[in-house]
Amino acid sequence: MANDHIDITVEPGEVHALLGENGAGKSTLMNQLYGLLQPDEGQIVVNDEPRVFKSPRDAISAGIGMVHQHFMLVPVFTVAENIALGAEEVRGGPLGWLDRRRSRQDVIETSRKYGLPVDPDALVEDLPVGAQQRVEIVKALTREVDLLILDEPTAVLTPQETEELLAVMRSLTAMGKSIVFITHKLKEVKAIADRITVVRRGKIVGTASPDTSEDELAALMVGRAVSLEVQKTPAEPGRTVLKVTGLVADDDRGIRAVDGVDLEVRAGEVLGIAGVQGNGQTELVEAVMGLREVRAGTIRLEDDDLVGMSTKKVLRSGVGYIPEDRSHDGVVKEFSVAENLVLDMYDHAPYGNAFSIDLSRVGANAQERIEQFDIRCQSSSTPVGTLSGGNQQKVVVAREMSRPLRLFIASQPTRGVDVGSIEFIHSRIIHERDQGTAVLVVSSELDEVVGLADRIAVMYRGRILAIVSPDTPREEIGLLMAGITGDTPEGEK
Amino acid sequence: MSTATVENLPEVVAPEPFWTRQRRLGLALILIGGLAAVLFGSLAPGEDARFTLSEDSEGAALSIDGQFGAILFGLLAAAAGGVLFAGLAKRWSNALLSAGILAFVLSFLCWQVAGEFMPLVDTTDGTLQLALPLILGALAGVLGERSGVVNVAIEGQFLMGAFGGALIGTMAGSVWAGLISAAIGGVIIAAILAVLSIRYLVDQTVVGMVLNLFALGITGFLYERLMQPDAQTYNQPPQMPEWRIPGLADIPVIGPVLFEANLLVWIALALVVLIHFGLSRTRWGLRTRAVGEHPTAADTVGIRVRGLRYLNVLLGGVVAGIGGAYFTLVATGSFTKNMTAGAGFIALAALIFGRFTPVGAFGAALFFGFAQKLATYLGAIESPVPSQFLNMLPYLATLIAVAGLVGRVRAPAADGLPYVKG
Amino acid sequence: MTGFLRRLWSANNVTLTFLSMILAVIIGAVLIIISDADVLAKFGYFTARPSDALNASWLLVATAYGDLLKGALGDPAVFSAWFAGTATWQQALTPLSETLTYAAPLVFTGLSVALAFRGGLFNIGAQGQAVLGCLAAGVAGFTFGLPIVLNLIVALVAGVVGGALWGFIPGFLKARTGAHEVITTIMLNYTAGLFLSWLVIQKGVQAPGRTDAISKSVAESAMLPSPGGVLRVHLGIILAVLVTVGVAWLLNRSAFGFELRAVGSNPHAAKTAGISVSKTYVLLMAIAGGLAGLGGAVQVLGTAHALTPAVAGNIGFDGLLVALLGRNRPWSTFFAALLFGALRAGGNRMQSFSGISLELVTVLQALIVIFIAAPALVKAIFRLRAARAAGLGASLAKG
Repeated sequence: MANDHIDITVEPGEVHALLGENGAGKSTLMNQLYGLLQPDEGQIVVNDEPRVFKSPRDAISAGIGMVHQHFMLVPVFTVAENIALGAEEVRGGPLGWLDRRRSRQDVIETSRKYGLPVDPDALVEDLPVGAQQRVEIVKALTREVDLLILDEPTAVLTPQETEELLAVMRSLTAMGKSIVFITHKLKEVKAIADRITVVRRGKIVGTASPDTSEDELAALMVGRAVSLEVQKTPAEPGRTVLKVTGLVADDDRGIRAVDGVDLEVRAGEVLGIAGVQGNGQTELVEAVMGLREVRAGTIRLEDDDLVGMSTKKVLRSGVGYIPEDRSHDGVVKEFSVAENLVLDMYDHAPYGNAFSIDLSRVGANAQERIEQFDIRCQSSSTPVGTLSGGNQQKVVVAREMSRPLRLFIASQPTRGVDVGSIEFIHSRIIHERDQGTAVLVVSSELDEVVGLADRIAVMYRGRILAIVSPDTPREEIGLLMAGITGDTPEGEK
Repeated sequence: MSTATVENLPEVVAPEPFWTRQRRLGLALILIGGLAAVLFGSLAPGEDARFTLSEDSEGAALSIDGQFGAILFGLLAAAAGGVLFAGLAKRWSNALLSAGILAFVLSFLCWQVAGEFMPLVDTTDGTLQLALPLILGALAGVLGERSGVVNVAIEGQFLMGAFGGALIGTMAGSVWAGLISAAIGGVIIAAILAVLSIRYLVDQTVVGMVLNLFALGITGFLYERLMQPDAQTYNQPPQMPEWRIPGLADIPVIGPVLFEANLLVWIALALVVLIHFGLSRTRWGLRTRAVGEHPTAADTVGIRVRGLRYLNVLLGGVVAGIGGAYFTLVATGSFTKNMTAGAGFIALAALIFGRFTPVGAFGAALFFGFAQKLATYLGAIESPVPSQFLNMLPYLATLIAVAGLVGRVRAPAADGLPYVKG
Repeated sequence: MTGFLRRLWSANNVTLTFLSMILAVIIGAVLIIISDADVLAKFGYFTARPSDALNASWLLVATAYGDLLKGALGDPAVFSAWFAGTATWQQALTPLSETLTYAAPLVFTGLSVALAFRGGLFNIGAQGQAVLGCLAAGVAGFTFGLPIVLNLIVALVAGVVGGALWGFIPGFLKARTGAHEVITTIMLNYTAGLFLSWLVIQKGVQAPGRTDAISKSVAESAMLPSPGGVLRVHLGIILAVLVTVGVAWLLNRSAFGFELRAVGSNPHAAKTAGISVSKTYVLLMAIAGGLAGLGGAVQVLGTAHALTPAVAGNIGFDGLLVALLGRNRPWSTFFAALLFGALRAGGNRMQSFSGISLELVTVLQALIVIFIAAPALVKAIFRLRAARAAGLGASLAKG
């Protein structure tokens, strides 16, 4: 059950924050409010009138709009087409001939009225995420909604874009609109919310005012006092293990994503890469792993040249890798836990050779890892897809940490994972560092980078803008993430 | 903030690789054009190739020395390739490509027709007639695929259409009853496809292939049980009449082909126009395309994704069923087992070759129809070029197209994916 | 009743397969009845004398399906004649021999499709690969004139290579350019068919003295050994068992099997774990093609003995159904092929004895697979009936 008897009320002109960790049931709740999912019981009352939403059409006509976490825009359509979709202006009666001019006009008017600049003729796939989000908001506003649901709207934004969004939210509430703001980021909640409802495991566990401290909110969210700090001792960096110079790589569309990156990771230290998602971090890591073509530059793992090496060889030469998108790249959901635990070692001693696999060894390995990494599953032959996100991630971590490593790369290691698993994974990463492995952590959560890293490299538009110490003020790192270098001492090492 | 400077990084765009699509196509055209000039030119006898503007050898004709023509057109094809390769006139690259291919075909024809004659009216008419089911089948595919439902069951819809048209057409003694039954035959297959793939989420390609076998079996079974023992009662449908529009029908070549024709020709042409504008200019089209590209986005603005998919697949069934009617109500006077013989798959090829657009599919269908017509023509003049190889042309052309050698064919993003809420 | 059905659902796939077959058989029976003018005429006065129509229908259907069973498994009458000494054991076993003869090529094409499926590829091209297998095995069979055993082996290998080549092309295109294998294999199917129909009428291939499209006959040393006489069954079925063992091992125990299953379930994760997705696709399609090619070779060297444009029949497309019925598991696929062989062998007898078109078998096969592919549909149908029965029972109790 994702939602268990939740009651929530939103007043006109207020920002009501719905706070909860990943998988708490926030999105499920809002999808019911928006008519995408139907509740088993309970009711929705709009302006003192009970309503039943069988589809989003009903919700929209009741004055509810929603901006989804993953944008609901057709990439090959123009902005105007996307905004018109479902509420098209037509001529010619039953023929339904599109009136494109009026659709354009509507977009321009709404965009002016609310101060949200969008180009009606641009193709959505050509727009940056910030602009796409504006299109989504304009799309909801043209439908004249009174209540706007924003589902994790800041996940893809830079700190500056987040500020802009918060300003837009303020002006919308000033015009009498109500906003439900779904997030798991405490700072933003405190900055904008009029009221806060905290959700945990499908239930409301409390309401709070914006004055509540972050620690209190976090404790409410997780259900116990949590330390947001990662416990660790100062690093003792040794020899340089990974050395990247002048690295250039393109993204899937052939557009330059990594544009001359230099970095070094030493044995026994954690280098964190901070940056807003989509600034080349993914491509950088994939290039190192042999998953992406290197256009220029060198990658050296001690004496080995990694450029042009297959992913299999990179893994076999002592590199462990947690990919950022677990269900896409990390696990094979139909495979058993045991099979997933040898996904990159199945043809290697002791599990097998180039021809055959020793199933008993694979099974024995699974038993050992399940205990060691506290993976909660019925048995080692359970398909991984049936496990919770946190346990799936532990399978990946267990797999990648169960062989001697020189370099460990973790990309978004705790995305979509419950707090208990986050603490466990963080402690394993520090444990790996303390054993003398060089660790590279990429995360778009600044808190995570600051907590884990001994040095922080900030990436922006394919380049490392600066390498700073984790004690650097957050505002400064935030500015760097937005590409703003000022009097920041560059190249602090 | 005043001391801060925004890093002014230039927008980085990947440098264009040397082997662009134009270059590759240009080189290919140069090669085949040169080959045509040398090979066809040396094989062609120095006799006149006559292209008569009638249905036989009589009347006015365009005529050219075979050898000269083969060399000339081969060189023209190569020249078009040269322009493409040099990167000149980039805006005209598609026109140049078409011109180059046309020149290559003409070079080939000059070689083959030298010393003989080719009746243009007959060729054009035959091309259009052979293309008819392909046009209709491919349009059926467009309807389904643009809304996200893969339809590999066009072959089955053809068979059911052809069978239904013959059976009911004969029993009712009316070609119109036959035509309607053909449409219903297509809809039956479409309905099973729709229910299984949209409601029961069975893999669309799997359902499609199984339905082809199902249609083959059931029409074959009923053919042997009903039609074979008693053809008079069940398998002698009336034929679709040819109508002539006075005046227009007197235009040379085009007139007798387009304006002295059966209803199916006009239905097919009208559907091409209708579906083209329907998809690009109407509410139905916008929603159809949205559902085929991003069904969740369509759902969130209140569009009934499954309902629209049902509608389009069933409409496709009507169109493909009418395409099936061609086989029994126009081309031959009766149904035989497996009479469509893979035409549904050529229609599928035309759909893909035409990049999932109505107009593109129409062009591809005409091209494939021409290849088939040419195969029979070459057989008639006892050409050394085996007809089997010409009949391979649609399949090979599509193979080359999907392999990305002629630019990438992009299917609708959600094509083949069932829509599940949540 | 409903409790019983509920337990059946949870039981296993065997139940589903069984119910699907029952549904198909029922629909087939309806088809038999409505396509018979005499019986239909009796339905004309159904309200007056329903027993006439019902008896005639029952008789018609029972005879037809009876013949199907006799043709597939054996005729009890012939068995008793054999025990009485008036028939030979060969005569008694002919139906089984026919079943195995038809099943043998389907095992290979079915495994071809099933294996590719497990690797995430829908190999509609089994038909074209089988055609190439036929072609290569046939040509090798009448060309080389090698000694016994060796000639057979060379011809079989030629079939495998021919099919593997035809499978390699879509695999290569998929790996290199991302071209969808469904499209490419469909196109290659027809290309292969046209090529074969051209080849058989070429000089040196066409049987001397013939004007129709048939090739020379395969040398006897290249034919798959068979008991002969009325028993057409040949070594191909033994080969099928061995290959099924091999495919099962390949899929579940080998490193390549692990790779192809990983790629089939999640190519991105496989790639991230260092498995080369491209190599897997190419190799997998070549192996699948080789299997289908072997099916074609078995067809030519075991049964047809000469090439004609239709020599491969529908074995590739039937292989699709076989694999779907076998849920892409090697041994299930093997038994699915046996079932299809039995239906085909029985269908022949049904056609000649009861005059029911063999095409009914195609309908049955397609229907079974449709129902299997949509388990929710089968459940819905039976639940509906169960609910109605329950409702009827309740109303009877009240009455």
